[in-house]
This record gives sequence, C-alpha cells and structure tokens, in this order.
Amino acid sequence: MVSMTESNQEASPKASQSADGRYPAGGLAFPHRDLTGISHLARHEILYLLDEAEQWLVLNRQRHKHAEVLAGLTIINAFFENSTRTLLSFEIAGKRLGADVVNMHAATSSVKKGETLIDTAMTLNAMRADAIVIRHASSGAVQLIADKVDCPVLNAGDGSHEHPTQALLDALTIRHALGLPRQSDLNGLKVTICGDILHSRVARSNILALTALGAVVNVCAPPALMPAEIEAMGVRPFHDFDAALEGAEVVMMLRLQQERMSGQFIPSPREYRHLYGLTLERFGKLPPNVLVMHPGPMNRGIEIDSQVADHPTRSLITRQVESGVAIRMACLDVLTRRTRAVPGWTEMGSALA
Amino acid sequence: MIPQPLTIIGGKLVLPQGAPKPGALRCEEGRIVALGDIQPEAADEVIDARGALIAPGLVDFGVFAVDKPAFHFGGITRAALMPDQGPPLDHPARVRFAAQSGKPDMWVHPLAAATRALEGTELAELALMREAGARAVSTGRGWIGDSGVMLRLMGYCAMLGLVLVTHAEDAGVSGHAVATAGEMATRLGLPSAPAAAEALAVARDIALAELTGCRLHFRQITTAAALDLVRSAKVRGVKVTAGVTPAHFMLSDLELAEFRSFCRLSPPLRSDADRKAVIMAIADGTIDVIASGHDPRGAEDKRLPFADAEPGMAGAETLLPLTLTLVRDGHIDMARAFALLAANPAGLLGVKAGQLAVGLEADLALVEPERPWIVDRSKMAATAGNTPFDRRPVEGRVTALFKGGNRVA
Repeated sequence: MVSMTESNQEASPKASQSADGRYPAGGLAFPHRDLTGISHLARHEILYLLDEAEQWLVLNRQRHKHAEVLAGLTIINAFFENSTRTLLSFEIAGKRLGADVVNMHAATSSVKKGETLIDTAMTLNAMRADAIVIRHASSGAVQLIADKVDCPVLNAGDGSHEHPTQALLDALTIRHALGLPRQSDLNGLKVTICGDILHSRVARSNILALTALGAVVNVCAPPALMPAEIEAMGVRPFHDFDAALEGAEVVMMLRLQQERMSGQFIPSPREYRHLYGLTLERFGKLPPNVLVMHPGPMNRGIEIDSQVADHPTRSLITRQVESGVAIRMACLDVLTRRTRAVPGWTEMGSALA
Repeated sequence: MIPQPLTIIGGKLVLPQGAPKPGALRCEEGRIVALGDIQPEAADEVIDARGALIAPGLVDFGVFAVDKPAFHFGGITRAALMPDQGPPLDHPARVRFAAQSGKPDMWVHPLAAATRALEGTELAELALMREAGARAVSTGRGWIGDSGVMLRLMGYCAMLGLVLVTHAEDAGVSGHAVATAGEMATRLGLPSAPAAAEALAVARDIALAELTGCRLHFRQITTAAALDLVRSAKVRGVKVTAGVTPAHFMLSDLELAEFRSFCRLSPPLRSDADRKAVIMAIADGTIDVIASGHDPRGAEDKRLPFADAEPGMAGAETLLPLTLTLVRDGHIDMARAFALLAANPAGLLGVKAGQLAVGLEADLALVEPERPWIVDRSKMAATAGNTPFDRRPVEGRVTALFKGGNRVA
C-alpha cells in the first residue's frame, strides 16, 4: 500500500497541502463523499483522517481556538436519538472551524409528528446544508439519508451498526498515549474490548478500525451480548474477562446499553460487574502499562469502577473526549473540501463520476 | 358467462408426469373435456399456442393481498389469501366477502384465521368460516406461542378436516429479529435470531400434529435443520407438507448488504448453506409447494431503515420464472415445477384444479419458458414494486391466461 501511494504521489504534480507525501494526492487521499462507516475505508484513508486531526489537536489547546476554514458553510446536526457528548463535540468542531452549526433534535422535530425519515432528509437537503451529521437509532438509517441528499453525510452513530468518528478518535487517543508519531498504525497492539458487543456500534467501528490498523483485538461479553460469528470480523471472542485481558495493552470498556435490550440479557448489574466489570481489583492485577478507555457515558460501579475510570495516568477517558473534537474537525474539513473547491479536491468529483 | 368452447392447438401439454408433450386441449363450459392428440370441433374458438407450454394456471398458496394485475401477469388463476388482512379473516362474513373478491377472472380462497384477531389465544369460528368458503386455517404471519392453544387448535382442525397452515418461527427466540444471526447481521448491527428458531417451531408443531392427526402445512420452511425434521416426519407418515417462496432458494442473507429493505422478509433470508438445503429439499420432495408470498408494500412501508421496514415482497410476477430456474438447473423437471406451483397447492385447498386432466376447471396458462425479460420494480403490474429481484434477468413468461375457459390475460 505504501509503495503504491508513493508512486501515485510522484505521478501527480499536485500534492495536498496537509499530506506529508505518504498519501495519494489531493482528493484521492479521501475519495468518499460521506463518512457512513469505517467498513468503507481503507487503512491509508483512516490514517489520513488521523493525521489531519493532529493540527486541530494543537489548535484546540491554544487560547484562540478558531480557524475560518469552513466560514460560510452550514452544518446541520440531525440527532434522531438523544446524545449529549457527541452532539456537543460535533457542534464545537463545526464552530471552531467557523461554520454555521444548527442542531436538530428529534424530540422537538416533526419526526414526532409522523414525518418519515426520508421526508426529514429531503427537508434538510432543501435547506442547502453543506454537511449533515446524523445519529439515528436504526442501523443503516444514515446510509438511507446519505443516498437521498446532495451534501456530505457524517454518521454520528446508527443503531448497532457504526460510529466511525468514535473509532477514529479512539485510534488517535491510543496513538498519542503510546507516543506514536504521525502516519503510525497500531500494528501488533493488543486491545481487549469488553461489554455489550451485541448492541454496540462503537465496538463494530472500533473492531474495523483497529484491525485495519494492524491491532490484535479480543472481544469479551456474556453469550447473550456476543454477536454471532463475530470472529469473521477478525477478532477473538471470549466469555471469560480475565482470559480476554491476558496480554492486553489497551482495555476498552463498553456501556451496558439497556435501552437497546429487548428482554433480559444479564441477571443483574452487580452480577455483570462481578464477571465483566473492570473493578479496582481486576485493574490491580493488570501490568502497569495497560491503558483504559471508555466511550462514555459510563455506568460507574457497573462496567467500570470509579477509581479505574479516574486513574490519572492510565485512564484515557477524558483524552478520548478531547480527541473527539479534533477528529470531528478533521472529518468536517476533509468532507467539505470538494464543496469549498480546495485545490486538488475539485477535479476528483469529475474523475469519480 | 359461459364461454364458447375453446381448443388450444400447437402447444406442449404440461401433464402431471413426464416431459411436456405436443398436443391440443379442448374446454367446454369452463372445464377441460379433452386433451392430447385431438382436433378442434366446428364451433370452437381456436387458439394457436405456437409451441408454448399449455400449463395449469398457478395456484398461489399464501398471498397477503388480492392484486389481480400481478396475479394475471404471473399466470396465477387462484390464490390462497392469508388471514392477515385489515381486519383479519376471523369472522364468517369477512371470509365470505374475501371468497368473492376475485371473481370472475381470479379465484381467491380465503384462509381462516386460526385465532380471534390472530392473537394466538382464542380459537376463531372455524366451522362457520369453512361454511363461508374458507379452504384452510392459518395462524397468519405469526406463530402461536402457547402450545396448549396449538394442541386444541390442531385437534379441532383434525376434526373438521381442515389443513392448518402455520408460520414456523419460535417467537421467543426470534423476538424483534429482522435477520438471521450470522456474519452479515453482525456486521450490519441488525437485530438477529439464530436460524434454529425455525426448527424449534417445526419440531413442536410436528409433535402436535402426530398427537392430533391434524393435517399440517408449513407455509415456509427455509433452514436445513427444519427441512430435516419435515423429511423425517414424512417418512414416519405424519400428515405434513412444506412450502417456500423463491426468495429462500434464490437469495441468502448476503443480499442484506447496504441495508436493502426489499430484502426484509419473514422469515428472514438465511445463510447460503440453508439456501442450498432448500433447493435440495425441493428436488427430493420434502418441499411440496412454491408460492409467491405476494405482499406488495409501498414506499411508506419500505423506504425506511432496514429494521423499521415492514417485511414482505411483491412476488406474484416473478414466481414462475424463478421456479423455472430450478428446471433449467436440472433440480426438477417441468412436470414437478407445475406440481409445486399448481397441483400440490390445489390439493391442499381441496379444489379440483391445478392439473391438466379431463373434468377439471379450465384454468390454463400459455407459457414461453425461455422468453427472457428483466424484472423492473418501476414497471411491475403489482400495486407496489418491492421486489428483491429488481433488475434481474429472468426467463419464462405467461403469454395468455384462461380462468374457467375464459381468456383473462
């Protein structure tokens, strides 16, 4: 892959300003209009988004956190499912890039009045948004909307399917925590993901992103919360948390998504904690270099103990939130480059068409 | 209206056994009166089949809507209407109305709802509905979870001599599933249930049928494990039959990629191994009926996220050509294809039709089995174009259709 991209680079006179010579030139670095899932992305496209986010990580730590990159563009955050942190993260990302950001909550929209998803999508489209960020409770809903609108669509979580920006921000967080430079993948890194894998879009996107970057992934869940044939996604499934933790360098804990469960999947939260919680006791037995992550919101005292979640050096949870803004800025920037006619990104549209 | 006597000449007769045989067929007063090496009589209307198959009109066992243009396009002259109507066919008056709804050029045979409002708890008035024209009893789209209710229902159907048509999916296992558990459902994050949900339901219903002597028909069997249960029950002499729709021998759950809601079916599409098992079961006689499951659904039901879309496909137009793929691939011969599509379902309904034989109703289709066409959801005769076979090239088309000796299409 690397040699191919390099030869592309030589063949093309135009180089993207932000790429470091390791990615295809201009729009070829990221030829997708939408970001609906990690499953559509190649390894170098994931790395490209991570590298693009680095500059925003720097900007976000300055006192003046503003870039006028998206000035004049309108971004609609259409959230058909409740969210606090992801919505806030996307809103901040858009505003720091100078875009006009509008939030639409399903609770206060016509969706409650029976308007179909497609009608809502057409309405948003007619308002000439330059990008739409969508969260929806049904798997595949974001793709459905993306097929009907004329602007880039970002998936902020669809059902139990994908949550691509979460996987990207997790990869970026890991890279920084391990002190890895730009362009680094996660080759050979051992990651254990534990929790409600069945209902988790975070787990799916992370499995896709981490395995694409070369990480070795264990997943752990009780049988009722483990999806069938998950090993087809290139991971090792475990029911025994302690066995799944063996050799792990990063542990990702997932929230029990009780709102998505129909029927009883576990006997009780305290029994779940006993078997699958990252308790202080379990944490204490891990080697001192093991890092802990959680996409939030946490059920403290169930899947993760407070002392573990708040560990000053080994918990990456707040750093994940920080990376989230940078990753979303990078995604909004990259996906709107064709609209903004960034040099090297305009001809791509016609080349693809 | 009593039609003029009709003789169709120059065709190939699809007889209950053997390869299609060149010959002619004569009907009078709506019935077949002679066939084989015969000549038209003086006053007859004569139609030249020009080498097409002269086949029995299809008897579609289990449709959800009376959709005459689609049925006529597909060569269907009779259809068994599922009780899942609004309101359900759980009352004699509604059954009587439904039984008249297709006449004169299409006969609808209502299936009586087994329980009131199809809720699976209280038995409906099955004997009165039989008097009103119900040809069999059906549990509808759903499964009756209470085995006690099922036991009493089967005993009652056995007493009345009515076939019970059941849906084979253990609802406790399937829950809100919209896909079969497996790699595809896992990748897409769709609610899924193990394929064993079907075998569980089939095993129970076969046990109850053995206990009660009830004549049992599974409208759709789609998994290898459940087909094995039916196969061995038949060997033991249990009065059980099984059906399927073309979707489950043509498609597997790989079609769910990109969340195509036209592939949202009930039961859901299965693994490719199960798809192949269905073909084997059609070939070895375990499956007795191929039906369309015709269920036209408009955009308001289908242009939704996959799990929110309603299940079902518009299948009447593609039933015949897709079944003919099994003939072309050598799994079955032409006679068996029409046994699956017409004679066997007619037998389940207890109607004298579905075959070319003297004395039977002259429900006839002229079929060009190799005529190519392309399925196009935007140009279908059905009230909605929700076909999972959109843009698929197929072969086999009905060029003329007769109901009771009258040309209807």
